Amino acid sequence: MWAGLVLASALTAGGALAQGLPEPLPALPGDPVRGRAIVEDRQTGLCLLCHSGPFPDVPFQGDLGPDLTGVGARLDPAELRLRMVDSRAINGDTIMPPYFSRDGLNRVGDRWTGETILDAQQIEDVIAFLATLTQEESE
Amino acid sequence: MKRGGVAALAVLLTGPAQADERRSGFDYMGPETQLMQTDDMANPGMLAVQAGMRLWQETAGDAERSCESCHGDAEKSMRGVAARYPAYDATAQSAVDVAGRVNLCRTRHQGAEPLPQEDADLLALVSLIGLQSRGLPVMPDPDPQMSQWRSRGADLFDRRMGQLNLSCAQCHDDNAGGHLGSAPIPQAHPTGYPIYRLEWQEMGSLQRRLRGCLSGVRSDPWPYGSDAYVAIEAYLMQRAAGMPMETPAVRP
Ligand code: HEC
Ligand code: HEC
Ligand code: HEC
Repeated sequence: MWAGLVLASALTAGGALAQGLPEPLPALPGDPVRGRAIVEDRQTGLCLLCHSGPFPDVPFQGDLGPDLTGVGARLDPAELRLRMVDSRAINGDTIMPPYFSRDGLNRVGDRWTGETILDAQQIEDVIAFLATLTQEESE
Repeated sequence: MKRGGVAALAVLLTGPAQADERRSGFDYMGPETQLMQTDDMANPGMLAVQAGMRLWQETAGDAERSCESCHGDAEKSMRGVAARYPAYDATAQSAVDVAGRVNLCRTRHQGAEPLPQEDADLLALVSLIGLQSRGLPVMPDPDPQMSQWRSRGADLFDRRMGQLNLSCAQCHDDNAGGHLGSAPIPQAHPTGYPIYRLEWQEMGSLQRRLRGCLSGVRSDPWPYGSDAYVAIEAYLMQRAAGMPMETPAVRP
């Protein structure tokens, strides 16, 4: 519900597509250590099913989305937040799951009904972690 | 005449002869798994086929008839059958897949109880029937009633589902060849079922495979035997029209 409202305002801000959500979600400030654990975990974040990045301890990273190396330099926290909350706001055809939105979902399994993939605290933790990924690959 | 009609249908369904970019899941497997499938001595699916051959000859039910007593030699009577299924059954007014057909024969013609989905005996009979189409091109059932089943299957294939909000097409049309973690995403061709899946350590049906993908996007699979699966199966077979059947396939 709340996530839906935030997203709607992001979409209409300035009459054009807003590129970010500057306001943190209601949570304690994000913790990058917890954020890394969420990103690396196959059940919780699922990120590395699709993305690769600077995660030498994780075997078999996916190649369906962009490499997350340096993403903290490419995108600011507001831009990261919008992509985390609901990437459909950027790309209607995205395959990136809506991590903090239940809008327009269809046939969600009973176990997950009414829940977002991550909660507000987890989203803020992931953003805090992604923001630390400012290094481009050093070869 | 009849043959020509079927060939024309295959062209209609696959489009004109351009470079065919369709690839079986076989092509995405490592050489060892491929060899396990192509070598009948190593393919565990051939054990299911042998069990199916025994069951083919056994009487079952109140009618005390075996499959063989009506259909004779499976190698002759079942040739090409699986390549045409799901097919329309006018009495049931429904599309049925091969497992559904076997159970119709049990209830209609043998006076026996239907076998539960994923029962080893049912998989064995379906594997035996499937083998009789190995190497033959998929030739969808030309019954006009099938088109609504296929279009329902196509709708389901294109619809985003589950908490992860993904459609089958987003993975299997748009991202086939990519990697989901370690797993290469195949094009979802149904040509090898029932399969021996290394992850299952046993034989399983196409419906079981589809259930895995549905749970993967955090949706609830439909109950076994649901029309929704038969519709998706019918759509997938149309999508694979002309591709060779591989039953019993091996998959990772
Ligand atoms: C099912 C695949 C999938 C999953 C799972 C996924 N993403 Fe994505 N992600 C994508 C794709 C594809 C894009 C490219 C943009 C688009 O198409 O929306 C993307 C874009 C992004 C971007 C923008 C990158 C850039 O350089 O612009 C970030 C940041 C991101 N994802 C982070 C994450 C995080 C963190 C997770 C886990 C919590 C995650 N993604 C899970 C597929 C996925
Ligand atoms: C997130 C991506 C994804 C989605 C969405 C998805 N699948 Fe899959 N599917 C896979 C992967 C990956 C495999 C291969 C699994 C393996 O090898 O472990 C697979 C395997 C299959 C296969 C087996 C193909 C073969 O060669 O034996 C079929 C059929 C299939 N999927 C159909 C579907 C259908 C129908 C849907 C929608 C209900 C669907 N999938 C949704 C990723 C997906
Ligand atoms: C009493 C005779 C009889 C027995 C026994 C019987 N069937 Fe049938 N079978 C039929 C008839 C008749 C049909 C045509 C469809 C119908 O009318 O039900 C058929 C159709 C089929 C088909 C579809 C063929 C096609 O070309 O579409 C398959 C497959 C099949 N049977 C398999 C089996 C199996 C496996 C068994 C044993 C478990 C079996 N049948 C036992 C009479 C029988």
